[in-house]
Amino acid sequence: MLTNADLLALDGKPGDFTVKIRQRPRYIDADACTACGLCTQYCPKHHVDPYNEGLALTRPIHIDYAQAVPATYYIDPSSCLHLQYDTCQICVPVCQSHAIDFSQQPEEIELKVGAVILSPGFGKIDPATLEKFGYGKHPDVVTSVEFERMTTASGPFMGEVKCFSDGRHPKRIAFIQCVGSRDLGCDNGYCSSVCCMYAIKEALVAKEHDPEVEITIYYMDIRTQGKEFDKARQRAEAMGIRFVRAKVADVTPWENRLQLTYATLDGRHEFVPFDLVVLSVGLESPRDAEGIAEITGIELNRYKFAKSDTFNPLATNREGIVVAGAFQGPKDIPESVTQASAAAGIAAGLLEAQRGQGIIHKSYPEEQDIGDEVRIGVFVCHCGINIASVVDVHEVEESVADMEGVVYHTDSLYSCSQDAIETLKKTIIEHRLNRVVIAACSPRTHEPLFQETLKDAGLNPCLVEMVNIRDQCSWVHAAEPQAATQKSEDLVRMAVAKARRMQPLPAQTVPVTPRALIIGGGIAGMTVALTLAEQGFESVLLEKGKTLGGNLGLLNHTLTSKETANHLRKLVDRVKKSKKIDVLTGAELVQMSGFIGNFSSVVSRDGGKKEETVDHGVVVLATGGHEHRPDGYLLGKNKKVLTQQELEKRLAGKARNRAPDSVVMIQCAGSRGDDLNYCSKVCCNHAVKNALQIKEINPDAQVIVLYRDMRTYGYAEDAYREARLKGVVFIPYDLECKPEVYEAGRRLHVKFFDSLLQEEVDMTPDLVALSVGIVPDGTEELSKLLKAPLTDDRFFLEAHVKLRPVELPVDGVYVCGLAHAPKPVDETIAQAQAAAAKAAMPLVKGSVSVDPIVSKVDEDKCIGCGICVSLCPFAAIEMIKVGKKRKARTISASCKACGICASHCPTFAISMGGFTNEQIISQIEAFGQVTEQETAEV
Amino acid sequence: MGKGMEHRAGSVMVVGGGIAGVQAALDLTELGYYVYLVEKAAVVGGVMAQLDKTFPTNDCSL
Repeated sequence: MLTNADLLALDGKPGDFTVKIRQRPRYIDADACTACGLCTQYCPKHHVDPYNEGLALTRPIHIDYAQAVPATYYIDPSSCLHLQYDTCQICVPVCQSHAIDFSQQPEEIELKVGAVILSPGFGKIDPATLEKFGYGKHPDVVTSVEFERMTTASGPFMGEVKCFSDGRHPKRIAFIQCVGSRDLGCDNGYCSSVCCMYAIKEALVAKEHDPEVEITIYYMDIRTQGKEFDKARQRAEAMGIRFVRAKVADVTPWENRLQLTYATLDGRHEFVPFDLVVLSVGLESPRDAEGIAEITGIELNRYKFAKSDTFNPLATNREGIVVAGAFQGPKDIPESVTQASAAAGIAAGLLEAQRGQGIIHKSYPEEQDIGDEVRIGVFVCHCGINIASVVDVHEVEESVADMEGVVYHTDSLYSCSQDAIETLKKTIIEHRLNRVVIAACSPRTHEPLFQETLKDAGLNPCLVEMVNIRDQCSWVHAAEPQAATQKSEDLVRMAVAKARRMQPLPAQTVPVTPRALIIGGGIAGMTVALTLAEQGFESVLLEKGKTLGGNLGLLNHTLTSKETANHLRKLVDRVKKSKKIDVLTGAELVQMSGFIGNFSSVVSRDGGKKEETVDHGVVVLATGGHEHRPDGYLLGKNKKVLTQQELEKRLAGKARNRAPDSVVMIQCAGSRGDDLNYCSKVCCNHAVKNALQIKEINPDAQVIVLYRDMRTYGYAEDAYREARLKGVVFIPYDLECKPEVYEAGRRLHVKFFDSLLQEEVDMTPDLVALSVGIVPDGTEELSKLLKAPLTDDRFFLEAHVKLRPVELPVDGVYVCGLAHAPKPVDETIAQAQAAAAKAAMPLVKGSVSVDPIVSKVDEDKCIGCGICVSLCPFAAIEMIKVGKKRKARTISASCKACGICASHCPTFAISMGGFTNEQIISQIEAFGQVTEQETAEV
Repeated sequence: MGKGMEHRAGSVMVVGGGIAGVQAALDLTELGYYVYLVEKAAVVGGVMAQLDKTFPTNDCSL
C-alpha cells in the first residue's frame, strides 16, 4: 500500500509494465507511530479539516478519522509551522515513540507490474456552478457532502443539524437536485445517477434527527432506478417528505432566511422561504483525469471520464489497463464494488500464467504440544489513554497474580503495536506460555492479529482469549472508574478460568472441485463462462432453451452501439469453441446438494428425457428475465399496441410503414406500483432509443412519451436531450391519473392528462408502445433448490447490498444479470465479470478453510432427534446412519458457528469449538467466586 | 530519492484507494496476485469514509 503517492509514468506492455511513482513524505515513521493522538493535542497551528469538508478545524499533524488506514498520523506540509517557516517542532519531543521525522524526503519508486486498474474516483463540481444557488454567499446554503458530515454522529457537530448563520435548528430544509448534473451550463450534460438516492437518504436521516422538520426536494425526475431504491422513495413520502417537480431559479437571502424561487411545469412561479438549502451536487470527473490519461495513454470521453464500450465496459483503449468505479462513469457504491471485482477478474485473466508467483507465502513454526501443565500469560492493555484514563490497568494486572495457572502477567501501552506484538511473541516462547489472555479491545477487530502472533510463536491460534475492557469497561463506564476497574477484574478472572480449559483446535480444510456450474446462457452466463475460462477454470453452462444468447438476441442495437448482433455472434462462437466450457442446451437444474467447493447437481435434459450429474465447486445464477405483459393497455388484444421490444423489432424490419406518423409511448406500463412494484431501469432508455430510431426513419413522425420520471441516468441523458431536440414530446403523468388505452369503433385511442396544457387530451395514434418492465425467470424454483432468499419482487437477495453485491448468503453461490435486478447490457456484463471473479476465488485456493469454532456432535450422546437439523439456518447439519441409529453430523464447511444447535440439543451432545459447555460454565463460576467473597465481606 | 526497482511477477497496480480500488485490491489478492495500491491521499477509503450512512438501507458505511 503506497499512500501519499502520485503516479508519474507508465511504460511497457501488458504483462510487463514499468511504473514510476513518487511517494510524498508523511514526516512520521509509520512503523513507530502508535496513533495515540498526543501530537495533535500539542500542535499549536490550526488546519482546516478537508475530511469534514472544511466544517471543522484540526491540526497540521493529524489523522483523518479514528478508523483510518493506515492508522498512522501525518503532517500536512501546507500549514505545518516547521515545514513552512522552519520553527516550532513542538511535536517532536511530545511523541513518546519518537515517530516524528522531519528529515523524510519524497521518494521515487519504480515498480514492475503486469496489469493496471484505474479507480481514481470522481471530482467535485466547480464552486462557480454552486454560486448560482447562493453557495458561498450565504452560510445556510450547503452541499450535500457538507450536510452528510453535519448529520454524522462522529462529524464536527456530533450529528446536530443547524444553520451556520446563527446556530438555530432549521425547521424547513430544501434539497435542490441536479446541481452540476444535467446542466450544459457547466458542460455536465450527463446525469450523476446517485444524487436522487442520496438526497432521499439525507432527508430521511434529517427527519430521524428531528421529526418536526419540513423537507422539500425540488427535482426534474426522481431517478431511483436501482434495486429496491423506489421503496426508499415511498418510505420518504410516507414520512412526509415533499417532492416537487420544479426548476429552481435562484436562492436569495430574505431576513434571516433563504428564499427559493422556482418554476413548476404548468408555468407557475413560486417563492418559498427555507432555513437551510442543501445542494445535491453531482459527480464530476476526477480532477487529475487528464493527467492520468496522459500518463497512461487511455482515452477519455467528452466529459473527461474514461471512455468505455457497451460490450467491454471496463476495458480502455490500452490493453492491460482497466477501469473501475466512478471514473468509468458516475455510479453508486454497489456498482463500484461490482466493477472493482470485475476489474480484478479481468486483470487476473490477463496474468493467468503468472498467478501466485508474486504472493508471499508466510511460514509458521511447527505447532508445539502444549503438555498437561497450564501456563497462562495475561496481558493488560492501556490502549494509550483509551482504557488507562478510566480503568486502573495496574490494579487489573495485579489482580491475576495469584490465580491458578497464571505464570506471567504484564501491561502494555498498545498491545497491538508492532513492537508489543514482537514482545508478546518472545514472552510466549521465553516463559513457555500455552494459554494467552489479552485484556484490551474488541476481538472482532483484533483477535485475528493475536491469533497470528500465537501461530508465529508456535502455538495453536485457538489458545488466545480476549477480554474487551475498552468497549465494555472504560468506554461505557467512563464516569465510574472504580466500577469499571472492578468489572475489568471480573471479566479478566472469567477469561482466565476459561483459558484453563482451552484446547488447541485443528484448522480444517475441505478440497474444492475446480469447476463452476452456470445457470443461464444469456449474455450474463456466457460472460461468466468466458471470464472463468480466461482464468483457467472449467464450467458447465446450462441453458434451458435451444440456443445461447438470451435477451440480447432480441435487441437490434443499444443507445451506444450498433454492433449488438455482431457481438453476440462472436460471443456465442467463443463460448462454443472454448475447451473449458461445456454447453448443455435444453437443460434445467432439478436437484442440488452439497456445499461450497463440493456441490453435486442433477440436470435434466430435453424435457426430462435424460438426466446427468454435474460435480462443481461453485454455482453462478444468470437465469435472466423477460418482458412483463401488463393487463389494461390492450396489449395482445389490439395489434397496434406493442411492447418496446416488439417495436424495436418492427423498426429494424423492412416494412414501409414501420415508423408511422403518430406514436404514443407509455412508460411504467405495469411497473412502479402498477402490477410490479419496482422500476425496471432499462425502459426509459429503451423508449428514447426507439423514439430516436422512429425520428431517424420518419423525421416528421409525432412521437409522444408519457412518463412518470425519465430515468435516462448516466450518459443516456445525452440521448434524452437529443430526442427532445429532435421534437419528441415528453409529458409526465401521475400514478393516480394513468393514461388510458381504449378502442372506439376501429380506432385506437389514448386518453391522458397533459400536465403542460393542464387539460385532458384524447388522441388516435397509429401505434402505442408500452414500456412494460422486466420480470425474473424461474427464481422461485431455484430459490427453493438452493435455499437462497429472494426479495419481495422475486429477484435474488445478495449477501450484502453494498459490499457483497454478487454473492448470495449461501456460500459458493453467485448471481448476475437480470436474476439480480433489471439492468442494461453494460451493467450486466460488468456484473457477470464480477461474479466470475468472486466464483474463481474458492477455485483458486483449491480448498476452503473452516474456522475451528464450528459445532461438533458427540455421537455417543446424540439420540438422533433431529431438532438441530430443523433449526439450523444454514443447512449445515445432516442426519446420517451410524450402524442402525440416526445421528446428527455437522457439515463443517457450511457451519457459521452461530450455536443455535448446541443451545437446543436436549442431551448436550453438541459443543462449539472454542465455546464448550465446560468453558462457559467455568467462566460463570469464576464470575460467582468473588461476588460470594464480596457478599461475605459485607 | 531512489529506492531501486521492485520486480515481482504476477503483480497488479491499482491507482486510487477508494471503495473501488480497495475492493479490486482485496479481490486480486484473493485471486493470487500481489497488489500495489497507489493512493494520492494519506489514507485509503476515499469518499465512502465521509459518508454517514448509505442508501437504500441506510446502513453505517464504516
